[in-house]
Amino acid sequence: MSIEVVNISKTYKNFTALQNVNLHIPEGELVALLGPSGSGKTTLLRLIAGLEQAQQGSILFNGEDNTNRDVRERQVGFVFQHYALFRHMTIFDNIAFGLTVRPRKTRPSKAEIREKVHSLLRLVQLEGLAHRYPSQLSGGQRQRVALARALAVEPKFLLLDEPFGALDTKVRQELRRWLRHLHGKLGLTILFVTHDQEEAMELADRVVVMNEGRVEQVGTPEEIYHKPANPFVYSFLGRVNLFHGRIQDGRIKLGEAEFEAEHAHFDGPAVGYMRPHDVEVSLHPPKSSATTAVRAQIERITPLGPFVRLELKRLDTKEVFEAEMSRQRFLELNVVEGGLVYVTLHNVSIFVENAPAIKPTRVYVPQQVSI
Amino acid sequence: MKKLFSRRGFLPGFGMTMGYTIIYLSLLVLIPLSVLFLKASTLSWEQFVGTILDARVLASIRVSILTSFFAACVNAVFGVLVAWVLTRYQFPGKRIIDGIVDLPFALPTAVGGIALTSIYAENGWIGQYLAEWGIKVAYTPIGIWVALTFIGLPFVVRTVQPVLQDWDLQMEEAAATLGATRFHTFTRVILPHLLPAIITGFALAFARALGEYGSVVFISGNMPLKTEIVPLLIMTKLEQFDYAGATAIATVMLVASFVMLLMINYLQWRMNKFDAAR
Repeated sequence: MSIEVVNISKTYKNFTALQNVNLHIPEGELVALLGPSGSGKTTLLRLIAGLEQAQQGSILFNGEDNTNRDVRERQVGFVFQHYALFRHMTIFDNIAFGLTVRPRKTRPSKAEIREKVHSLLRLVQLEGLAHRYPSQLSGGQRQRVALARALAVEPKFLLLDEPFGALDTKVRQELRRWLRHLHGKLGLTILFVTHDQEEAMELADRVVVMNEGRVEQVGTPEEIYHKPANPFVYSFLGRVNLFHGRIQDGRIKLGEAEFEAEHAHFDGPAVGYMRPHDVEVSLHPPKSSATTAVRAQIERITPLGPFVRLELKRLDTKEVFEAEMSRQRFLELNVVEGGLVYVTLHNVSIFVENAPAIKPTRVYVPQQVSI
Repeated sequence: MKKLFSRRGFLPGFGMTMGYTIIYLSLLVLIPLSVLFLKASTLSWEQFVGTILDARVLASIRVSILTSFFAACVNAVFGVLVAWVLTRYQFPGKRIIDGIVDLPFALPTAVGGIALTSIYAENGWIGQYLAEWGIKVAYTPIGIWVALTFIGLPFVVRTVQPVLQDWDLQMEEAAATLGATRFHTFTRVILPHLLPAIITGFALAFARALGEYGSVVFISGNMPLKTEIVPLLIMTKLEQFDYAGATAIATVMLVASFVMLLMINYLQWRMNKFDAAR
């Protein structure tokens, strides 16, 4: 079932959680709401579930208005970060709960409920634990019980609030793979909240990046990583280097490095963003396009398994930045801390601040520069 | 022996703490109570049975247990209500109400008894209206029940309150997303959670009521066979220098209370198994 969020705003006493948020989630997609804490992603999820009420805007399921419908009638599967399992009930009773509280007319028979619960236990791979209590299960198992409990009522879609937030790395990765598999099997629309960009990238068909109660960008993991709409998205997804410079006479100057600017019809300060893995380090000055190369000193070398991270300091602007390269390339270069190298800047994205704008951190004109 | 006395955890000192526990309990509880049994045993079996099976004694035991039980029942219901209001909502004067709950603990029970009597007597503030309906409170078992409810109130409130404070609101939200009505959420999710604490509070209130003397003697009227409670009967026997008779009644009450508390504790342990299973 598709979800449509139209112009939703939500304010608490003196805090704006969501501001005019519009979002369309197509049927059958696995979508991540990604953002730092306080960005409003959980509030949005709770609004869709009906656990919170918005001051403005509407929420539609398959085109049907659900804004004023009670949470009990929305038929939404919701999984909480800390599972919220009923501690005094066995796993069986937890999963059966949604079915046993139905009015007598629509309640399935005991045999049907048993059948359903056991098929769900098989689905979440917890057969044989039906008579345990939640306190006897590990975190990963509890989360799967919470999922089974939500699925038991055959919800229109699943909403997961930081589903793997309380689990350790290894269990988290297993559960991610498992959820991906489950999504493929059930074809259910799943919307989940996370602050972990790796989780969003790995799991989701589509990522919604949120910040300060707004949607910053919606796109596939590929799009938001390689074509970030603004500096926030750029810096939120992975490591980033910042270079401060100017746009002058149609050229972008970041220290000694110069680039052609395609759409820059104005002069002013500009900021260049680039990923550490797009920094090319060499021992000799590159022959072509020498204007994009600068000299830098290696401040620190950090080996990180398959790749090596260098912390560098530009000799022209004294700006500190990072470069990442494969271990093999690092061994070829044979550099040491304190050594001098040439650095070529690839794939720099320039964002220009619109000087007289009221909200200076927000209004940017994206200028993609590819070299 | 090693297996029987298991020592687990990081802090050593099982021997010392267990030793102090036994000394402490012995000095304060076990030795005085065993003296009670000793004194009672000076009676022959016939005398003992005769004392206990006396109609006046049996009636007082019945009055004591029934009024204490109903008082504890009322406290179990309204204590939860008070605890609920005090933890769930914010309102002006909340701290004052929270303090009032403990008053029956602090107040000399005789003061409580006299106050209740003057209010519930037939010409009292509330008693006069109840009298119009033909309800007599003071000098009837109802009066005893009111007094015992008064002194038992803090127990349930204070045992349920911390459980409600730790309560995870998300469990209610989870129940709601699963389609449970408010009634089902309360009866199937919240209440089972509170039940062990409610039973503890109930047991404490019940035990306290069984032994209560001060507040009851003023409101009950102390009519033999009707509104006489066991502690009062024991006092009467003592005043007549019938020490053995008094201890005989006390022994029976003691054993009865102990059995009932043990049963309640067992029940509570059964309820708690979802937490104990950790």
